[in-house]
Amino acid sequence: MEILVCIKQVPGTTKVEVDPVTGVLKRDGVDSKMNPYDLYAIETALRIREQRGGRVSVITMGPPQASVVIKEAYMMGVDDGILLSDRRFAGSDVLATSYTLSQGIKKVSNPDLIICGKQTTDGDTAQVGPEIAEYLGIPHVANVRKILEIKDSSIVVEMDMPETVEIAEIKYPCLITVEKDIFQPRLPSFKKKLETRDREVKMFTLQDFEDRDEKSYGLNGSPTKVERIFPPEVNNDRRMLKGNPEELRNKITVKLKELRFI
Amino acid sequence: MAKLIVNQEKITDIDALIKICPFGAMENKNGILEINASCRMCKLCVRRGPEGAVVYVEDEVVKVDKSKWKGIAVYVDHVEGDIHPVTFELIGKARELADKVNHPVYCLFMGHDIGHRAEELLHYGVDEVFVYDNEMLKDFRIEPYTAVFEDFVNRVKPSVILVGATTIGRSLAPRVAARFKTGLTADCTVLDIKENTDLVQIRPAFGGNIMAQIVTPNNRPQMATVRYKVMTAPERKAEASGRIIHCSIEENRLKSNINVLSVTKKQKEHGISEAEIIVAAGRGIKSEKDMAMIYELADVLGAEVACTRPLIEAGWLDSKRQIGLSGRTVRPKLIITCGISGAVQFTAGMNNSEYIIAINKDEKAPIFKVAHYGIVGDIYEIIPGLIENIKRVKEA
Ligand SMILES: Cc1cc2nc3c(=O)[nH]c(=O)nc-3n(C[C@H](O)[C@H](O)[C@H](O)COP(=O)(O)OP(=O)(O)OC[C@H]3O[C@@H](n4cnc5c(N)ncnc54)[C@H](O)[C@@H]3O)c2cc1C
Ligand SMILES: Nc1ncnc2c1ncn2[C@@H]1O[C@H](COP(=O)(O)O)[C@@H](O)[C@H]1O
Repeated sequence: MEILVCIKQVPGTTKVEVDPVTGVLKRDGVDSKMNPYDLYAIETALRIREQRGGRVSVITMGPPQASVVIKEAYMMGVDDGILLSDRRFAGSDVLATSYTLSQGIKKVSNPDLIICGKQTTDGDTAQVGPEIAEYLGIPHVANVRKILEIKDSSIVVEMDMPETVEIAEIKYPCLITVEKDIFQPRLPSFKKKLETRDREVKMFTLQDFEDRDEKSYGLNGSPTKVERIFPPEVNNDRRMLKGNPEELRNKITVKLKELRFI
Repeated sequence: MAKLIVNQEKITDIDALIKICPFGAMENKNGILEINASCRMCKLCVRRGPEGAVVYVEDEVVKVDKSKWKGIAVYVDHVEGDIHPVTFELIGKARELADKVNHPVYCLFMGHDIGHRAEELLHYGVDEVFVYDNEMLKDFRIEPYTAVFEDFVNRVKPSVILVGATTIGRSLAPRVAARFKTGLTADCTVLDIKENTDLVQIRPAFGGNIMAQIVTPNNRPQMATVRYKVMTAPERKAEASGRIIHCSIEENRLKSNINVLSVTKKQKEHGISEAEIIVAAGRGIKSEKDMAMIYELADVLGAEVACTRPLIEAGWLDSKRQIGLSGRTVRPKLIITCGISGAVQFTAGMNNSEYIIAINKDEKAPIFKVAHYGIVGDIYEIIPGLIENIKRVKEA
């Protein structure tokens, strides 16, 4: 069975600030890590491989340094890693990211099952997975919290919906996005680190794709444009109240009403 | 086509220019400046570098004819015909946007055996409800739902589509956006519309530390998802207005490779992580039996009870209810802290809450630095009366 996991390198901290003059993000490019939600996706893939055999690959789109997360995936037991990296991918929004990944996936493999994390901690949209599935023309199921059965031509999963739990069977090829309580991710192993030290990371650029039109990628292939970024409004409502208990509790009551909590 | 062009001859100090890039995307290759794949197109080098050294050029692109796309459409989120309340909130927003640009408001309602539910939508200011009622749409399955959505978009050509950021909405909207190769902005908190019908979408980015204003200037439809309880639902009008349009679609477009085997109702979980309102207790509570007033306050507010670490150590509450660095992070719409000093280990787990009311008798307590509404007073004198007040308001 061929399983492909989409992983992303994200900033190690969410403590970012906006330069008030230029409106540009102030953050260090150095401090980065694997998107924590993608660890669950990798773990799910490895468990399926343990049961059914086959290969687990990871794919990521990002700068050359993103190969670090592929190395980390190797240390968890992943067989192959693919990095899609090109200057012309810069500035991709969800659509361009998904398109680039789908082009990369078509180029390198023919997976039965694609697994994505629930969301990223930087993009935080949870949209990339479903959009990849659309571009590949395969069905997808989001919010998977249990794998119930892995059959020859389909997988049975349990989905977490707000008020219900649904069990569905999906034929391969398909894509799922997994919740974080699906499995506890294993830690990277030192033994695997030594074993995979020389394992290559396959690199692809726009030139390797079926669609080589620059207009489809990066900023150009992104329908959404960020017009401006700004710090969230500081709460001017910050107030301190003193007084006798009766006054104070009446004021709280009025406030709760005003905020429509009661 | 937009790209960065480097004019090497205008660069005086190549290494100084390289330092401007926060992403390490510039390299000195034997005296020639090169931009690599780490570039995020933030354009800081354009603005901060020497004049003309790096320039941003944008070619003319074929412009979409925005006048061909008219209307603000809302996807009706529902489970077996029970309409999710986020739908009404979105209709309210859609009406407001539509009135600014003189567009109609549409609803897209798909499922099985839902026809009779559509009428309800007409009480909230919708012009037209498009109903697709088909047995194959009984359970939410991605391929047929996307096919119906596609049919609707091609038929109506709405300028804007709003979808609730529910489990279904978050799965369906991206699929539709990719099919139309258009933009989709997730979890918008503010929406507005420009005269040229461009939707102004504001959403928190990077864990809420930054707000981003996003537009989709050259694609239609423009799509956005909005979470439940972010917008305000309009009052239900006694009179229905607008009309219902029944639509059909060829069954062969509703095929799916997904087979829903079972749907089971969940037991409602009570946890603090997902809670919208939290009443949090700290060491200001003198003894375990006094927790009763905290539980009662939580009860009248429909809130979950949480606490600081010392109360966990005292064994008064289950450790799942601890907020903070070594406990859980919460982000409710409202948190009321009662007798909590506000140590950083505690506030780290709750300072992103939307509204913080703190009650503490020490006006110097650090909790007042993070609170929106700081009440300097004794919890024992305030909370019992507050509970009575709330009960009275609710009865009124
Ligand atoms: C590594 C580490 C991790 C930690 N992790 C956590 C964590 O995850 N969560 C956590 O909560 N703590 C954590 N702590 C402990 C934390 O530092 C504080 O000790 C703790 O949060 C204090 O709890 P408190 O506010 O309830 O108590 P106190 O600090 O004792 O504060 C009680 C407050 O109640 C007020 N008060 C007293 N009586 C009344 C009254 N009648 N009416 C009104 N106000 C009154 C007092 O003025 C005082 O401000 C951690 C500590 C360490 C070292
Ligand atoms: N640049 C990327 N490279 C590979 N996978 C990605 C990338 N961006 C997002 N993904 C995948 O899509 C999921 C959802 O991401 P997002 O839509 O950004 O919240 C992630 O958990 C990853 O599995």
